[in-house]
Amino acid sequence: MNNNYYNPKDLKKFGNITEWDEELGTKYFDYYGKVFEEGALTAREKALIALAVAHTEQCPYCIDAYTVDCLQRGVTKEQMMEAVHVGAAIKSGATLVHGVMMMNKVNKLDG
Amino acid sequence: MTKLKIQSLHKRESELAYAKRQLEILSNGVFQNGELPKFKDKIAETGQFPLRPKKLEILQINLGYMCNQVCTHCHVDAGPDRKEIMTRKTMQQCLEVIKNTNAHTLDLTGGAPEMNPNFRWFVEEASKAGIADFIIRSNLTIIRANKKYHDLPEFFKKHNVHVVSSMPHWTRGKTDKQRGDGVFDKSIKALQELNAVGYGMPESSLRLDLVYNPSGAFLPGNQASMEKDFKKALKEDFGIQFHNLFAITNLPISRFLDYLIASENYEDYMYALVEAYNPAAVENVMCKNTISISWDGWLYDCDFNQMLELKVDSKVKHIKDYNEDLLNNRNIIISQHCYGCTAGAGSSCQGSVT
Repeated sequence: MNNNYYNPKDLKKFGNITEWDEELGTKYFDYYGKVFEEGALTAREKALIALAVAHTEQCPYCIDAYTVDCLQRGVTKEQMMEAVHVGAAIKSGATLVHGVMMMNKVNKLDG
Repeated sequence: MTKLKIQSLHKRESELAYAKRQLEILSNGVFQNGELPKFKDKIAETGQFPLRPKKLEILQINLGYMCNQVCTHCHVDAGPDRKEIMTRKTMQQCLEVIKNTNAHTLDLTGGAPEMNPNFRWFVEEASKAGIADFIIRSNLTIIRANKKYHDLPEFFKKHNVHVVSSMPHWTRGKTDKQRGDGVFDKSIKALQELNAVGYGMPESSLRLDLVYNPSGAFLPGNQASMEKDFKKALKEDFGIQFHNLFAITNLPISRFLDYLIASENYEDYMYALVEAYNPAAVENVMCKNTISISWDGWLYDCDFNQMLELKVDSKVKHIKDYNEDLLNNRNIIISQHCYGCTAGAGSSCQGSVT
């Protein structure tokens, strides 16, 4: 067993998940491939969204993959960092907005 | 990205200025210990070894390694300090070949080919041969480098040459990082001047294509998508138009190899190239339809082999003895740098090959 939970080389083995469930694995990768095709959004725009989500999900494999993907698609580092901030703003906002729930509860119990 | 000194490897007296050392690196390490397959073994898997030429289509002539720029990724190790320049005598030998060749494309490169003192004479003479596609690879900034070059757009137009120019990105930051401070602004000005005489306009027969190569240790993205992005940005920001974008992979030789090693990206990059290996690209690699001629008249399978000093495997090795039939009956010389031309959609001086 590896001493680390995450191993960069595992990213390349992602496709192997089909080995233990071919039907679901294949359906997933077909879906994944379709999602990232050029559509109403360009592949470049999708790569930036994926990069932001990769950070909010804190997935090192996805950060690795979509940083390279963004570079390959000509995305600048300024654009990448802005996308990460968008993710961070939503993530922190999602935490903070729950403060309203806390305030509601306090006001009800001890208002 | 690791910042390199803006000097040629030759000027720096780097060991990587020597082809022999580059070839050693490309054959040792991960390729020697079997972690990665050698290119020869990889193409043998699909019965494509030895690599053989198809019909000759392109004569690519390097007029010299002198250049007004010192780009970080230059596979020629070109720069102002390089003195290797094609003489008029060698040009005359080339002209004899151009008159009689079956190739439909003549492709002049460098360095900055315009810096060769006999450049204009050679273009005038070569254009008389009536080659279908006459390409000049211009770095753009040369047009703005000195008064004596300001009329180049008109000169190109007069001889109906096809201009192919490097433009690594549509933003100043990424372009200047790779090609030097101020290159972006000068390139934009030069492109506007080429547009002004008719180059690159949608219905114009004056062809203007751009070449994109990545600014770091990663492969180029999809050529068609990149072209769309380049066209949109250059049109919106600067009113510039061009015909096609060629996406080219950086090959791990010369200054790009130096960068890969200095930035500790060499092994990962070679892994990326091997993982992206596309057997379909092998069929269309440029060495199959091209002969590359160096400033001193030696013949090579491609510009990269020229820089690695790997002369053609043929009885005919020099322009003075040129014989197309004999040359077409040869095995192409390969090494691990060839993975750069077979990764993903493939890569050539004309962009993707699949």
